[in-house]
Amino acid sequence: MERLLYLPFLGLPLLAISTPALAQMQDMPMDHGAHDHHAMMMDEAAEPDITVPTTQAPPPPAAGSGPARAADAIWGAEAMAASREELAHHMGAQTRLFMMADRLEYRARDGANGYLWDAQARYGGDLNALWIKSEGEGSFGKKPEQAEVQALYSHAIGPWFDLQAGVRQDFAGPDRTHAVIGIQGLAPYQFEVDAAAFLSQKGDLTARVEAEIDQRITQRLIIQPRAEVKLSAQDIPELGIGAGLDTAELGLRLRYEVTREFAPYIGVAQEWKLGQSADYARAKGDDPSVTNFVAGIRFWF
Amino acid sequence: MAGFTRRKLFGTMALSGASLALPNWARGMSISNATIRSGFDEVSGGAIKLTIGNGTHRVQGRTSHAVAVNGSVPGPLIRLKEGTIAQLAIHNMLDVDSSIHWHGLLLPFQYDGVPGVSFPGIPAGGHFTATFPVRQSGTYWWHSHSGLQEQTGHYGPLVIDPAGADPVQADRDYVLLLSEFTPLSPHTIFDKLKKGEGYFNYQQTSWTDDYPLTGEQRRMWGKMRMMPTDILDVTGSTYTYLANGHGPQEGLEFLFSPGERIRLRIINGSAMTFFNIRIPGLAMSVVAADGQNIRPVEVDEFQIGVAETYDVIVEPRHEGVYTIAAESMDRSGMAVATLTSAPGARADIPALRNPPLLTMADMGMNHGAMEMDHSTMGMNHASVAMDKVAKPGSSAMDMSGMSMRDTSLLPDTVKVGPGIDMVSMAPVDRMGFPGLGLDKVAHRTLNYRKLSALEANPDTRKPSRFMELHLTGNMERYMWSFDGQTFSAVSDQPIRFAYNERVRVKLVNDTMMAHPIHLHGHFFELVNGEDAPHQPRKHTVIVQPGGSAQFDLTANEPGDWAFHCHLLYHMHAGMFQIVSVASPQENG
Repeated sequence: MERLLYLPFLGLPLLAISTPALAQMQDMPMDHGAHDHHAMMMDEAAEPDITVPTTQAPPPPAAGSGPARAADAIWGAEAMAASREELAHHMGAQTRLFMMADRLEYRARDGANGYLWDAQARYGGDLNALWIKSEGEGSFGKKPEQAEVQALYSHAIGPWFDLQAGVRQDFAGPDRTHAVIGIQGLAPYQFEVDAAAFLSQKGDLTARVEAEIDQRITQRLIIQPRAEVKLSAQDIPELGIGAGLDTAELGLRLRYEVTREFAPYIGVAQEWKLGQSADYARAKGDDPSVTNFVAGIRFWF
Repeated sequence: MAGFTRRKLFGTMALSGASLALPNWARGMSISNATIRSGFDEVSGGAIKLTIGNGTHRVQGRTSHAVAVNGSVPGPLIRLKEGTIAQLAIHNMLDVDSSIHWHGLLLPFQYDGVPGVSFPGIPAGGHFTATFPVRQSGTYWWHSHSGLQEQTGHYGPLVIDPAGADPVQADRDYVLLLSEFTPLSPHTIFDKLKKGEGYFNYQQTSWTDDYPLTGEQRRMWGKMRMMPTDILDVTGSTYTYLANGHGPQEGLEFLFSPGERIRLRIINGSAMTFFNIRIPGLAMSVVAADGQNIRPVEVDEFQIGVAETYDVIVEPRHEGVYTIAAESMDRSGMAVATLTSAPGARADIPALRNPPLLTMADMGMNHGAMEMDHSTMGMNHASVAMDKVAKPGSSAMDMSGMSMRDTSLLPDTVKVGPGIDMVSMAPVDRMGFPGLGLDKVAHRTLNYRKLSALEANPDTRKPSRFMELHLTGNMERYMWSFDGQTFSAVSDQPIRFAYNERVRVKLVNDTMMAHPIHLHGHFFELVNGEDAPHQPRKHTVIVQPGGSAQFDLTANEPGDWAFHCHLLYHMHAGMFQIVSVASPQENG
């Protein structure tokens, strides 16, 4: 029963995941003035021998200095060079390619049914990487409503978050190129967060915040609540975007991990155009509120 | 004693399905793409020939590509004698570089077998001979130190008979080498670990689990972005656990006659698995740790970390059959062997127990008195001290207001960065901890505080220097390091010791995983409460999650030595350093 107490967190207000809060999430501060680090160490009590030093000291001069090159004297520096390089590279400097289609789905709804993709690829090492992200959606038989590709340089700024900066190119609708700055990572309570601000070549400033969380029902059956808001600093009538809160989307997807890498899912996604954006939508004859029943696959490699 | 000699019986375990035909390598044929045999032969004498090849290894219906020595997994039991000269001639028949590291052996560093540290490696098709005087006795092992070859089968046991009388007398002497089989390539495993957190863990918390966790505790773990089920990174979801190369259904069998003393030399030759070992119905007397004799300790179960060895004596009084169960620490599987007086007989195999969970102690805080060995002098103080500080509040798991990553607690030798996701708040000495899951069993277990050297240590000087090293990591990114820096970042900044310098080294574990830390070419003495002459000598020390461990080291083996976490994929992620011991001349 108690595990149902998770549920309140599913509805965590979106705004709690806005960027200013992230800084706090990196570290939950505590008053450590009251705790003397050394007083907390039991092992000093376990080892009462006070004649053994307990503070760190650098090695004595007789320990030598510089890189470890003992083997060069035996086998030759040249013979050792390649293996030294390989060892250093293998242990911590490797790069790899990661690709994930988080959402690749069919969307059934009133009117024309549609589709959506949301995929990312990462190439790099532990701390620095190139990200390519692509998202798009549309209705079958019409031209895509939205399609974009982002190319971002990503740098780890903490244990759980990367700072990302780069460009976004829109392919559907009016041609737009944006400068992008964002943050992506894992927030407390295991929320996957992706927040970014976009400045277009027309000077329009917009932003997007996405958060999702995996809740395991079993070891393979996973329900994923997801929320996304789009914001705009100004009205952009030609894009149907109003200043302030532009759109909000709440989704709930239930996936089954056939393998960790491959999981079909079903779900529902509710979208709302808000404020001025809703007015723009109504003016075009669109419903500002759309409910999608979705089916898709999530995969990565 | 019934006419048995240890020598005769050593490698003669009866195995179901063992073929009498000579394997390809022994007939001088190519061993490439051969079928790799499970189980091992014994090699001994003057010049020992070891041939590294590859082939297909089949375990319980699953096959995998194996790199194997002399055509078997594990490779041959290398039998040496103290006081003689070992001559180990290796031929690498792979089309890639390889190596053999003699784990636990004292030898000139250039024969230690670590490419990039002690030698250039053995090129494809190349030969290498390690020749060195054998200065010790006991139970050890060997394995590749090239890439991830070890996971695929490139390892084997090594036993050294003492020059004089063995203080451990036994009628039968068996090697039990524990390891893992997986059909996955080790590079695939590493890739999955990097990309998908908890990829191999099918015992995670869920809405339908049976874990004794309150909703509050579950949220607390979620808030920390950590999993209480992070016990082992790679699990029985891909591994079949092996006893001398055999899966649990493949019937590895050790024979005994009632009344005999049986010595089991247990070697954890796995890449990633801690095992809990028990023989239901039989007590075990632990007589050696990491090849070094200790005062016998009687236990019912003990945990063995990766790369450790323990020798135990069992004495079944009557005819019968016993299961030797080596359960993985996360309880996702077990390696099984049978100890029987009647060939072919089988005892019940105990069911897997419920998986353990990490606790506050594993986060580096609020160590309950439960795991403290109060019989050890000085420990009573310690618990008093603890009560004063990290008082957790009424709820044992109340974390509010506490930082799990207060980097101001770290010494300035640690580089703070994204590679550190946790800092232990109160990293107490956990050498009295028997290992995850064994703190709650009702029978007798082992811990490092129970180890006491049988023979007095050669060097009992007080350390003149103190050194603290932090074991650091980031689960989410699968980064592992010493002092916050992967080896790639510090490959030219070794840990240096003067020749014959006596140093107390404190390892502080700022992660929630247990790390078996191994120093090549030396034994260090655990600072476990014993007097200096009897501090147990080891080559590998488990540092428990969120805790610390200390050892005294006499740096008297000149040269460069690998020093690393022996969890293969932690090492591969960067938890590796070079220890450089100056030559005697530099002391002036």
